[in-house]
Amino acid sequence: MTVKTIDQALILETVQEAVECIGNSRSELIPILSQVNDKLGYLPEEALEEVSKQLNVPKSRVFSVATFYNMLITKPRGKHIVQFCESAPCHVAGGRDVWKALQESLGIKSGETTLDGNFSLVTTSCLGVCGVGPVIIIDDEIFGNLEPNKIPEILDRYR
Amino acid sequence: MKYYRSHILVSVDPVCVEKGAYEILDRLQDELVGQGLIDEIQVLETSRIGENEDAPDIMVYPEGIHYVNLTLNDIPYLVTEHFLKGRVVPKFTARAEKPVEAELRAPTAKEVRNVLRNCGVINPENIEDYIAENGYLALGKVLSEMSPDDVIQEILNSGLRGRGGAGFPTGKKWGFARASKNDVKFLICNADEGDPGAFMNRHVLESDPHSVIEGMIIAAYAIGCKQGYIYCRAEYPIAIKTLNIAIGQARNMGLLGNNILGSDFSFDLEVRMGAGAFVCGEETALMASIEGYRGEPRPRPPFPANSGLWGKPTNINNVETYANVPQIILNGAAWFSSVGTENCKGTKTFALAGDVNNTGLIEVPFGITLREIVYDVGQGIKNGKKFKAIQTGGPAGGCLSEASLDLAVDYETLTKAGSIMGSGGMIVMDEETCMVDIARFFMEFTQDESCGKCTPCRVGTKQLLDILKRICDGKGIPQDLDMLELLSVEIKETSLCGLGQGAPNPVLTNLRNFRQEFETHIYDKKCPAKVCKALIRYTILPDICTGCTVCARNCPVLCISGERRQPHVIDSDLCIRCGICAQVCNFNAIEVS
Repeated sequence: MTVKTIDQALILETVQEAVECIGNSRSELIPILSQVNDKLGYLPEEALEEVSKQLNVPKSRVFSVATFYNMLITKPRGKHIVQFCESAPCHVAGGRDVWKALQESLGIKSGETTLDGNFSLVTTSCLGVCGVGPVIIIDDEIFGNLEPNKIPEILDRYR
Repeated sequence: MKYYRSHILVSVDPVCVEKGAYEILDRLQDELVGQGLIDEIQVLETSRIGENEDAPDIMVYPEGIHYVNLTLNDIPYLVTEHFLKGRVVPKFTARAEKPVEAELRAPTAKEVRNVLRNCGVINPENIEDYIAENGYLALGKVLSEMSPDDVIQEILNSGLRGRGGAGFPTGKKWGFARASKNDVKFLICNADEGDPGAFMNRHVLESDPHSVIEGMIIAAYAIGCKQGYIYCRAEYPIAIKTLNIAIGQARNMGLLGNNILGSDFSFDLEVRMGAGAFVCGEETALMASIEGYRGEPRPRPPFPANSGLWGKPTNINNVETYANVPQIILNGAAWFSSVGTENCKGTKTFALAGDVNNTGLIEVPFGITLREIVYDVGQGIKNGKKFKAIQTGGPAGGCLSEASLDLAVDYETLTKAGSIMGSGGMIVMDEETCMVDIARFFMEFTQDESCGKCTPCRVGTKQLLDILKRICDGKGIPQDLDMLELLSVEIKETSLCGLGQGAPNPVLTNLRNFRQEFETHIYDKKCPAKVCKALIRYTILPDICTGCTVCARNCPVLCISGERRQPHVIDSDLCIRCGICAQVCNFNAIEVS
């Protein structure tokens, strides 16, 4: 239980900070959720409730927005987020084999997290670096011109 | 005001300072005084000019010459040669070849750079660099010499059309917003460049943000807006950072905020970030997102020009449209419309991707043929393979075949050919691409990105996808093609917004241009491009196989058998078509059919 209370306090503090920094107008809902998401790694239910209270908007609306946008996450994820660009230029440039290699090396499928909690594997929409496809992005770092055999070595850097 | 014939900008960013930039600056001053040139030449401080390894470096205007790695002892000689005798000193100039930027290479003969003219040339984080390239001169002209109606007329005369994809005449759009009666009006820049393969807007925002900001201020003046938003997708963190720096600098210089350039016109800008939703590029969805709602489109009319953001009249244009504006004002409508086709004036940026040698950003005049884009600008297909298709217009566009290569690119011809202009992504595909698989791929994308509000798009795209998957899996039935066409037409006609209306386009154009390939999948159960796993077979050519056992040892399902030094055999019933055997074989003995 102690762990949960600490979490709870951190959640409230993070939401409070975001609302103070961005403003408590209803139209700031998405920027506030984005900031809380970045700080906590995802949007726990308590955070959504607190945002709803602070902005005085219905919980249903906060939830509907949080589940609409791909970058707002409502479930906890791994320490490192591996994002694979699933858009056409990467696909044409051999993305399919890179995607297969990623799933094999990590032993998980899209949307899953490894058992040790180190990696989550997700797909992303176009990152706009199509000149160097296929592309993956791990946390904030982009890797381009990929081939399946490069994947294990890149992943090892994050292990 | 005092005029100087030449300006020396000394880079005083931290790296240069550490390497003695201020000593260089002092020595330059001393030397100019000593040689009696100080009244003709001004020495100024500026931020970063070149790369770290260039420091300390200076830039000389109007020539635009970059001297790098200077030492104190170089200065007297440099001042004598360049400023007294007027001769450039090659041994101090920057390396002639800038490090090749992968995205934006030197333009080929068929390219014309208007929108991209400053990209890679100026420092995007320094407003003075932009001003030195005639930046904000158009704004000055507008505020001092032109009425809002003059501005709209000039844009109308230029023939500028919306670069976001629809190609609506920009001047007309501004006119509607101006005519709309309301005290509060909003201006939006759509920088939610979500089309896979399109990154032109990102590049412009990252390398020349002020051209967009200046275009927006001019539009705001013409329409009568006091507040503007740039809605940028969250996948572009660098663009957002650069924009915020640029807006801050413009505000500090009085180019944004109250009483711009001392006039009675006031306007300010704010960057809004998306959170990852493709549909937010649609204008009504985008506005819902700025207001803090789910980014779901709503039916039009009312159009944004009458009722947009928070129900107020709103003008919304794309990044590239705004970036064109300052130059039209400066150089005149006639200059702009001297390039292009009868209906489409000016240039268009495209992001060239896929199986072409020269991928990256290009800017070409309207009217150029697709063939010129692929073979001259793109320098042909990679690895000497054959051209198969070019995909334009993103996920709502279509794939055009060899037969369409001589089409002149503009909004109307591409639409007539079954594709669209879209925002400007172009993906070139070689002979090893399966067009059924590509149709399936795009449908997966739109299916995933459908916001779910209207049924034709939410359910229809799912049905299209199921049929396409079935065909790729070798389970297609003859009725499938008719069903695809029927469904596609229904979805096009009944969907609420552009996403749904455009979603069936890749299927329809692929059916039209590559029908035979669909039929081969269905009737012969074969994939000519050897892409669809369920339809290909791996066999070992007994004459070539040496029986080295490499394939058998690497097969994950152990379906390859044979004695050492004897030809091996693949059991097709067990084979999962992973292709590992073909990859590891040293003798090319594995045939794919």
